[in-house]
Amino acid sequence: MSEDLRPVQEWQAHLAVGRLMLQRSRSTGQFVFYPRVAAPGTGAQDLDWVEASGRGTVHATTVVRRKPPEPSYSVALIDLAEGVRLMSEVVDIAPETVTIGMPVRARIDHGEAGSRLVFVAE
Amino acid sequence: MTNGFPRGRAAIVGAATYGIGRCPGVSAVDMAARASLMALDDAGLTLADVDAIYTSAPYEVLGGLELAEYLGIQPRVTDCNRTGGSAFEIYAQQAALALDAGLIDCALITYGSNPASNPPGAVGMSRQSVWEAPYRPIAPASSYALAASRHMHLYGTTRRDLAEVAVAARRWAQLNPEAAVRDPLTIEDVLGARMLSDPLSVRDACLFNDGAAAIVMTRADRAKDCAKPPVFVLGAASVVTHREISAMPDLTVTGAAITGPQAFAQAGIGISDIDVVMLYDAFTITPILFLEDLGFCAKGEGGPFVANGAIAPGGRLAVNTNGGGLSCVHPGMYGLFLLVEATRQLRGEAGDRQIGANIAVAHGNGGVLSSQATVVLGTRATL
Repeated sequence: MSEDLRPVQEWQAHLAVGRLMLQRSRSTGQFVFYPRVAAPGTGAQDLDWVEASGRGTVHATTVVRRKPPEPSYSVALIDLAEGVRLMSEVVDIAPETVTIGMPVRARIDHGEAGSRLVFVAE
Repeated sequence: MTNGFPRGRAAIVGAATYGIGRCPGVSAVDMAARASLMALDDAGLTLADVDAIYTSAPYEVLGGLELAEYLGIQPRVTDCNRTGGSAFEIYAQQAALALDAGLIDCALITYGSNPASNPPGAVGMSRQSVWEAPYRPIAPASSYALAASRHMHLYGTTRRDLAEVAVAARRWAQLNPEAAVRDPLTIEDVLGARMLSDPLSVRDACLFNDGAAAIVMTRADRAKDCAKPPVFVLGAASVVTHREISAMPDLTVTGAAITGPQAFAQAGIGISDIDVVMLYDAFTITPILFLEDLGFCAKGEGGPFVANGAIAPGGRLAVNTNGGGLSCVHPGMYGLFLLVEATRQLRGEAGDRQIGANIAVAHGNGGVLSSQATVVLGTRATL
């Protein structure tokens, strides 16, 4: 148990240096996302940061429509190989072509608004 | 007492709506106060009878305190829960328990909101999750769209199935003079409407208009002295399964699969006993999910179940007879309007849209399919 754990800040700090990190409970092996002070369900506080594989699958997908000329974009739920689910964007392909079950890989984009986890088609 | 609920020992004795559609120039608390006084009048009661307030103000965290002060009463119970649109079904549950315990004698459940008459953003206090905000989902449409995408993928549900829900709601709305949107709507109109967040178009989304509502509840023994026939609370159950859509345990199974069976067992009823079903229709996908989860059809069969006007007037099941959040009213939180319409149906006050009804179900939804609450209501014949 780490008393000085700062879940959101630490996750973002890892992301800023290009690392996709997940929490994992030492006792149960359970992966946790989003980062928090204790594992959901068990309440286990023995959470370590471990690097994620970056491999994932599209679990659900939508295209957010904007008034042209502003482009529409993808919003998807991604199941990571480690067994956690998160919201993200599948980039570099037309958002309409993102399909459920599609294998994707994590990419970290660094911009003025900070670092952002996105996914590209495998 | 059966299954944790005092079946039939509390009743709705007053119900009212106010300002549906556009209600400019007043505040949300003005609207809630108006609806409250109308509901009390409907019950033959007065403010002096009220000793409990259950309300969810659209912009004020301490809305219950505000309303007590505004009305000039000092309630023994004041509750402003934060489960979203399902709050009012949970209030009915909590009020029934408090009434049965003798903690209170008369509960006022009320809500008013006028987002359509205010600048965007003036109503609402929910923050976007730091885990979702970077991806700019439309809140809450994209979350429901993600659930719909999953349902379509697994079960072959189509946009046309979703459109059936919108068209059925509109056809009910055309029978309800109070409904805000009553012009004709076809399946093709819905399919051709501007897309919001695939597979949902603007016609798959509920309204965002003004409206207020109130109900008054008291114990069954006191209810017989009220002005109108009491509508008894036969069962009420609720559950929270998540907050954000990414944490929903299964995107195609809502907490209604838990609360429905529980509330029906409390009420001692089966699906075939239900005459009117009021389902929170934030988006067209939600009634499909709730029909499945409550047990009206098997999981995945919600699309075919609603096809061919099956939940429209004259269909196999009367669903959302007021026109729903899709065509009647949705001022941010819609749950209380479900209870009002169910009450009107059971009292025989529903005019052209009246169903011969002894049992009605109101199913509330809060967050993004996050909080679910089922209330079973019945006439005296069901006691």
